[in-house]
Amino acid sequence: MHENKPIGDVMLSVDNISLSFGGVHALENISFNIREHEIRAIIGPNGAGKSSMLNVINGFYHPQEGTITYKGQTRKQMKPHEAARTGIARTFQNIALFKGMSTLDNIMTGRNTMMKKGVFWQALHLGPALNEELEHREFVENIIDFLEIEHIRKTPVGRLPYGLQKRVELGRALAAQPELLLLDEPMAGMNLEEKEDMCRFILDVNDEFGTTIALIEHDMGVVMDISDRVVVLDYGKKIGDGTPDEVRANQDVIDAYLGVSH
Amino acid sequence: MLYRETGQFKPTYQADQAIFPIAQDRWFITAVLAVAFLVVPLLIDDYWANAIFLPFLAYALAAIGLNILTGYCGQVSLGTGGFMAVGAFSAFKLMTAFPDLNFIIVVILAGGVTALVGVLFGLPSLRIKGFYLAVATLAAQFFLVWLFNKVGWFINYNATGQVTAPPVEFFGVLIIGPEATPPARYLFCLAFVAVFALAAKNIVRGRIGRSWMAIRDMDIAAELIGIRPLEAKLSAFAVSSFYVGMAGALYFAVWLGAAEPGEAFGIEQSFFVLFIIIVGGLGSILGSFLGAAFMVLMPILLKNFMVNGIGVEVVTAKHVEITTMGILIVFFLIVEPHGLARLWQITKEKLRLWPFPH
Ligand SMILES: Nc1ncnc2c1ncn2[C@@H]1O[C@H](COP(=O)(O)OP(=O)(O)OP(=O)(O)O)[C@@H](O)[C@H]1O
Ligand SMILES: [Mg+2]
Repeated sequence: MHENKPIGDVMLSVDNISLSFGGVHALENISFNIREHEIRAIIGPNGAGKSSMLNVINGFYHPQEGTITYKGQTRKQMKPHEAARTGIARTFQNIALFKGMSTLDNIMTGRNTMMKKGVFWQALHLGPALNEELEHREFVENIIDFLEIEHIRKTPVGRLPYGLQKRVELGRALAAQPELLLLDEPMAGMNLEEKEDMCRFILDVNDEFGTTIALIEHDMGVVMDISDRVVVLDYGKKIGDGTPDEVRANQDVIDAYLGVSH
Repeated sequence: MLYRETGQFKPTYQADQAIFPIAQDRWFITAVLAVAFLVVPLLIDDYWANAIFLPFLAYALAAIGLNILTGYCGQVSLGTGGFMAVGAFSAFKLMTAFPDLNFIIVVILAGGVTALVGVLFGLPSLRIKGFYLAVATLAAQFFLVWLFNKVGWFINYNATGQVTAPPVEFFGVLIIGPEATPPARYLFCLAFVAVFALAAKNIVRGRIGRSWMAIRDMDIAAELIGIRPLEAKLSAFAVSSFYVGMAGALYFAVWLGAAEPGEAFGIEQSFFVLFIIIVGGLGSILGSFLGAAFMVLMPILLKNFMVNGIGVEVVTAKHVEITTMGILIVFFLIVEPHGLARLWQITKEKLRLWPFPH
């Protein structure tokens, strides 16, 4: 791991974040950080607030308290498309692909924000617009090769099995060339072989492109294997934070989580 | 062995990016265009032009417009008739104010005016969706028709309440007016629609089209990957209305020649164009043509068959027509929302595998 890109400075830090929905405290006074090029896991039992945390980071939920500092800029909140434009991409717990579009088109949308040619050139599909399209197409084809989904390039994603959909969604996120990639349970519902493939992709992305990754995952084996540091949430509170070994030895974590479900 | 993707190696993405990557599709479309441009003009007479070809072309263009908004971007509109009226009255004002202006420019400017109006009425789409948006566009429909009926300036204060398109020459050939020949009228519309259909196809398969479809399929996810809903929705309203406005201009000036706002651009028009895209296929440019052909031809064929063929009363025939139409709409909505275009595609896929279905 990290042969090419050693773990660097703090890239994102969330400080004293509190988020509630009516009476439900989804997050209470949460602080942690994510360093450049690391794989940071967020774990915790169901309803712990993990997905909410990712939603706060990419601007989908707006916390009542606390701040987010990303690449040196401190904010209380931001709009999702702003987060996207500053290099944060993500996948979702319940796949959020564009069902009516092909694999290729889905991944191409990941590059939409980088494409600039106006409607006139697009209508002609010539000159600048065609060059732009081909240039991005080439980038996307590399992702398709990388994820080994050449055979489903033109298939509408609604017709794909679950495991492949998860892979396409990762492809769409990668197409944006994110600096910070948020993955919400990328391996949920997969069989062992699919999980192994997905682990390999995540490690390769981190290693080859130096992408920083924040990952929610329930499979403890996977988490302990691939992550550099782990945050543990329980009922909206942070109960542990450290390397996999430290977290594994933490009594609160054992009580609240590992001890209960494993 | 006739229809195959295999064996046609695509060496570059550019070739794969071609509008019809499969050779047999290219031959087919070339043949259709050859017949449309070379054969039909030789045969066309007033009846064929007025009853079939001109309405087909005008409605196909309007359907492309509505398909962009509804089929590609997922925003329902019942304002098509009103937007066609905007195009028609813009064309009328331009034709009467600048009689020497090239008619192509007139139609494009009419589309431009409609695009602006469309964006204005598209603003609510940023807040409301689905049924509520449909109601808002319905309000646009009634407001626009009311406006053209009420404000005399739009019809140059004509006492009859009607507008009549003045004769127009296009590079020396009369294309509008009682003296214009059917081939001239037809060829002008055909060329216009062909060029703009191609442009629409290019737009929907590029960046802008993908942002529309992303908004249609899952607007939240679209926003999370950096697509601005405001930009995507309003651009869909703009481009869609541009097409519908141009269709309105052709519909009024070349096909009808004279029009009265309430009659020519009423709510029935909005529904008619909506039915075209439902039958033809939501989210398909080809479907817009198939749907328009079907909706223009079906009533004529049914009527010919029932009234002339088996001697049914005209009134009864009309009822049968409406009922058939209703059944078909329900069928397509429930069974095949991608319409005739999808059925055509399935046939092609079957052909591709034939004679080895497995
Ligand atoms: N949009 C929302 N509206 C109301 N309550 C919400 C919303 N989103 C999350 N919650 C609540 O916040 C709490 C944390 O939810 P969250 O989805 O973040 O948990 P999670 O750790 O991702 O759980 P899981 O492992 O099941 O995905 C839950 O009690 C949930 O019901
Ligand atoms: Mg979750």
